[in-house]
Amino acid sequence: MPFKSTVGDYQTVATLETFGFLPPMSQDEIYDQIAYIIAQGWSPLVEHVHPSRSMATYWSYWKLPFFGEKDLGVIVSELEACHRAYPDHHVRLVGYDAYTQSQGSCFVVFEAR
Amino acid sequence: MSKKYDAGVKEYRDTYWTPDYVPLDTDLLACFKVTGQEGVPKEEVAAAVAAESSTGTWSTVWSELLTDLDFYKGRCYRIEDVPGDKESFYAFIAYPLDLFEEGSITNVLTSLVGNVFGFKALRHLRLEDIRFPMAFIKTCPGPPNGICVERDRMNKYGRPLLGCTIKPKLGLSGKNYGRVVYECLRGGLDFTKDDENINSQPFQRWQNRFEFVAEAVQSAQEETGEKKGHYLNCTASTPEEMYERAEFAKELGQPIIMHDYITGGFTANTGLSKWCRKNGMLLHIHRAMHAVIDRHPKHGIHFRVLAKCLRLSGGDQLHTGTVVGKLEGDRQTTLGFIDQLRESFVPEDRSRGNFFDQDWGSMPGVFAVASGGIHVWHMPALVAIFGDDSVLQFGGGTHGHPWGSAAGAAANRVALEACVKARNAGREIEKESRDILLEAAKHSPELAIALETWKEIKFEFDTVDKLDVN
Repeated sequence: MPFKSTVGDYQTVATLETFGFLPPMSQDEIYDQIAYIIAQGWSPLVEHVHPSRSMATYWSYWKLPFFGEKDLGVIVSELEACHRAYPDHHVRLVGYDAYTQSQGSCFVVFEAR
Repeated sequence: MSKKYDAGVKEYRDTYWTPDYVPLDTDLLACFKVTGQEGVPKEEVAAAVAAESSTGTWSTVWSELLTDLDFYKGRCYRIEDVPGDKESFYAFIAYPLDLFEEGSITNVLTSLVGNVFGFKALRHLRLEDIRFPMAFIKTCPGPPNGICVERDRMNKYGRPLLGCTIKPKLGLSGKNYGRVVYECLRGGLDFTKDDENINSQPFQRWQNRFEFVAEAVQSAQEETGEKKGHYLNCTASTPEEMYERAEFAKELGQPIIMHDYITGGFTANTGLSKWCRKNGMLLHIHRAMHAVIDRHPKHGIHFRVLAKCLRLSGGDQLHTGTVVGKLEGDRQTTLGFIDQLRESFVPEDRSRGNFFDQDWGSMPGVFAVASGGIHVWHMPALVAIFGDDSVLQFGGGTHGHPWGSAAGAAANRVALEACVKARNAGREIEKESRDILLEAAKHSPELAIALETWKEIKFEFDTVDKLDVN
């Protein structure tokens, strides 16, 4: 009988940092993450980039950070507008924390088509 | 008014027990847990500790009168009972700022935990906490980069960082070692780490390791599209060799190096940390030998003091224990010194073992590193305890995966992200840990196998060093 290994082969995947190892989020799951950003008092910010530059520090801002925006619906529509305007770009949502000057949250919502 | 010289031996408490003294904002304050020899009054023992850790010696000496010793002496200003312990007490001592050289942690420790610890009138002595005054803190270099800069350099946001120590810890050739680094990083870890015992041994000299590791980091970065790093251990037998290794790591374009700050010493650590800031390198700090000093509940130095000293001396990441893994550490105490590493102000809170308000001013924060005997089942608790500004490191929990280190790394990454996502969505991740992990495993065969492999492993021993409570 031929030997059959039980060891699987792990294939390297190209990922886009935080949440890159999870399956794509449903709309409700994305809303939960936006609600978290707002609840923390962080400013939502939408950024986009062509996949060839995904490792660059600076992605383009979509408009400006939405300082003080508390309306979940506004953020959802801005994400979608950015995605419509740049369908071949990655689009990510950042929860910008002015106190630490860092990003309390950051993940890609739309991968480039 | 001038004093007269009166040769002989005076009781310490005449000079060093000053219960009416109100500490100054510039004083360095210390809390010792004191266990005296039987029959010696508390005030006398406490005053002796103040004296022997500052200006005093056992006899009156004429040359004291050449200066104003009242300006320089340490003072015991308060004594408190230790809850649940009849033989020991806390002594609070205030030291004037001028007793210490600016920016020298080495000097502070030489005074506070020097000869006094061998003093015969004491059975045990433990330094529980130090309140560093802002006037001293502003003279210290602090972390070379800090949490914000490290996140920006490594492009990691909104979650704890994920690492692992390369195993076996000794005995791999440089090329084999680089292979293990590559496997971990391509599997989804952010960092890998030299084991602290790895310096430059005959089986693997440091240049050889650095070169292979640099290639592994580069390959993993290109293939995954994410930033990666490996803590290259620069701890060496002399400062010259330490700097030579650090320079080579920089030449290879590596983002982070590593130092063992207790065995290497505070002077070496502060020097290397300053080098790191100047050269744009992150600094990971290991703490070998700490348990020799901090584990006994009545003697030595509490780790919260060693953690504070490290933040002042400099480091961007420091090991803190895991609470849940194979190594000693109680949850409240750990949370107490994690605050000392990361916050800009930490209030006095005896329930966390913090004896003083501690203002850190503008000093950057240090990532807390949880490492040692942890695996995927611990992930929800680790995320809950340590929060985002931490590095979670799984050694056996990565390499022990039946498919190898890359799959082990992926399992940990999936588990971590699932916990962060669930936490953000408002779920109680410790209570719902099982559901969260099993749900995530539906999309990840690597995680499913990891959960099966480690389902029975626990480290449930009581901690030796606990908070003092009734």
